[in-house]
Amino acid sequence: MTIGPEGHLPANTDANDPIADTIATRERTGNVRRIVIYAGDYLNRLSGESIERECRRRLNDGADEIVVNFSRTEVVNSIGISILTGVIDAAAMANARVIFTEVNEYTAELFEMLGLTRHIELYCKKD
Amino acid sequence: MGSKKLWVGDMALRIQDIKSTNIRQIAENRSKLIHAFGALADAGAEIADENNFQDTIRTSLHLLLGSLGIMRGGVARYSRFESEMAMIAIRGLGEDFPLALGLCYEDERQFRQSGTYPIEVSQAKVLPFFQVYDQSLDNAKIDLVVPLVIRGELLGLVFLGEKASGEPYNSHDREIIRAMSRHIGVAISQRLILAELERKAEENRKLYDEMRLTYKDTVRAFAAAIDSKDKYTEGHCVRVGKYTEIIASELGWGNEEVEGAAVAGYLHDVGKLTVERKIINAPYRINAKESRELNRHPSVGYEILLPIHHPYSDVPLAAKYHHERLDGRGYPEGLYDCEIPYIAKIVNLADSFDAMTTDRPYKRRRPAAEVIEDLSRNAGKQFAPELVGALFRGILREAIGDDTDKRFRRLLGREYMETEGLVPMIKSALNNLGGIQTVSVISLG
Repeated sequence: MTIGPEGHLPANTDANDPIADTIATRERTGNVRRIVIYAGDYLNRLSGESIERECRRRLNDGADEIVVNFSRTEVVNSIGISILTGVIDAAAMANARVIFTEVNEYTAELFEMLGLTRHIELYCKKD
Repeated sequence: MGSKKLWVGDMALRIQDIKSTNIRQIAENRSKLIHAFGALADAGAEIADENNFQDTIRTSLHLLLGSLGIMRGGVARYSRFESEMAMIAIRGLGEDFPLALGLCYEDERQFRQSGTYPIEVSQAKVLPFFQVYDQSLDNAKIDLVVPLVIRGELLGLVFLGEKASGEPYNSHDREIIRAMSRHIGVAISQRLILAELERKAEENRKLYDEMRLTYKDTVRAFAAAIDSKDKYTEGHCVRVGKYTEIIASELGWGNEEVEGAAVAGYLHDVGKLTVERKIINAPYRINAKESRELNRHPSVGYEILLPIHHPYSDVPLAAKYHHERLDGRGYPEGLYDCEIPYIAKIVNLADSFDAMTTDRPYKRRRPAAEVIEDLSRNAGKQFAPELVGALFRGILREAIGDDTDKRFRRLLGREYMETEGLVPMIKSALNNLGGIQTVSVISLG
């Protein structure tokens, strides 16, 4: 799978909203409502909980696919893993798919090692 | 022979497989350990930092779950008083998970005995806790419960769900969980110690406030007792205390220092308790012998006050030196300007100001204009000029309405403070006192 236009930051962002440039919702053909999350470094701090909250909110609003884009994420630490398992858990409850994209090799190994890949589709960064 | 060769070849291939599998496992285990150590280091740093307790616990729970890829979990803090575990951090346990879980004596004993060893929920059904909360733990898919035991004291529990890998917890996982849980336990322990310290500090603060109030009341009562000896100067010590307080606050002193200055003012004449009443109340100018007797009161006051442990150290010195003058013509020691303790200079001014503005047995109180003129003239001789300036500023601020406390009005009377031309008189006196006071007049506009 290739990631397409949702791999870019949304044009309409609000500087006052800390996660406005992190999450974008886009309609895709076939009536699939997709959430795109740009993980960044945000994921590795307690403030990353807001990503999970926002995902839950949008899943409640009917989203059925979550794409987490790691293009700007060098490392995922344990807090990041915990937040991602929260996202996975929330998606599972809503019967939504979770896709991790543009993951670097090291992070991909980590996800594999911790078993996150059992619950998601993973697409690595192209060198 | 050929089949034997094949068998040997199979064996070689299988050994090769085992070797490469082992190498893969070793590499994976090493990666897992590195990831877990990272989490452990982060947890240590989180607890060592001065963070909000709730944030520390939430972060620690994230780190614990993330270190092993655990899907859900929670941390509860134990209250022995209420025999209850209160949830302080939850991840993915569902809305129905109880926020407070009761414990019986046997539960507590068993948890304490377990130390920080993770208890497998499926194998702990004999404990009342697991029987009571069987359904909740089952619904939340909790696999492990880790008692948080620090120095033999049960502080809480950690609840852990299944791993994202679906694999059972192995001995390495359990060691990592123990280490991370100890960190969480230490954080809770620190919080309890801090809460206890804060409670004791609050108790001490209240006790100190009460003692200070008692001390102030005692000082005021003492001042009233001194004043009662002299029917003509009734309220003198109390007024001197208040004037001293005003001057000190006009000098910009802090609350503690102002309070100390007031006490020094209240008690400055305590030595008069030993002077015969007829000398104090003499309606005539006293003779030399009587004067010697009266002039002993500063030193006697010092002797009385010295053994008392005052919260403010200068109180006895104020009593001893409040009749000294800058020009060295005061008593008991005839000290000069910088030899005189500062608090004694303030009390001296407050004492003189009260003497001038109240009726005495042998003379009426003097009008405001005369008092201002007298104080100005003696600034630099008897009184420190900056103190006279501070007193004048206090009067001026009240006269022009900047100070709504109306303290001078209560002490001197309304008519006195409404003396015609009082404001220009004081402004002029302040200007004449020198640079510092002139600046203050400008600022008062």
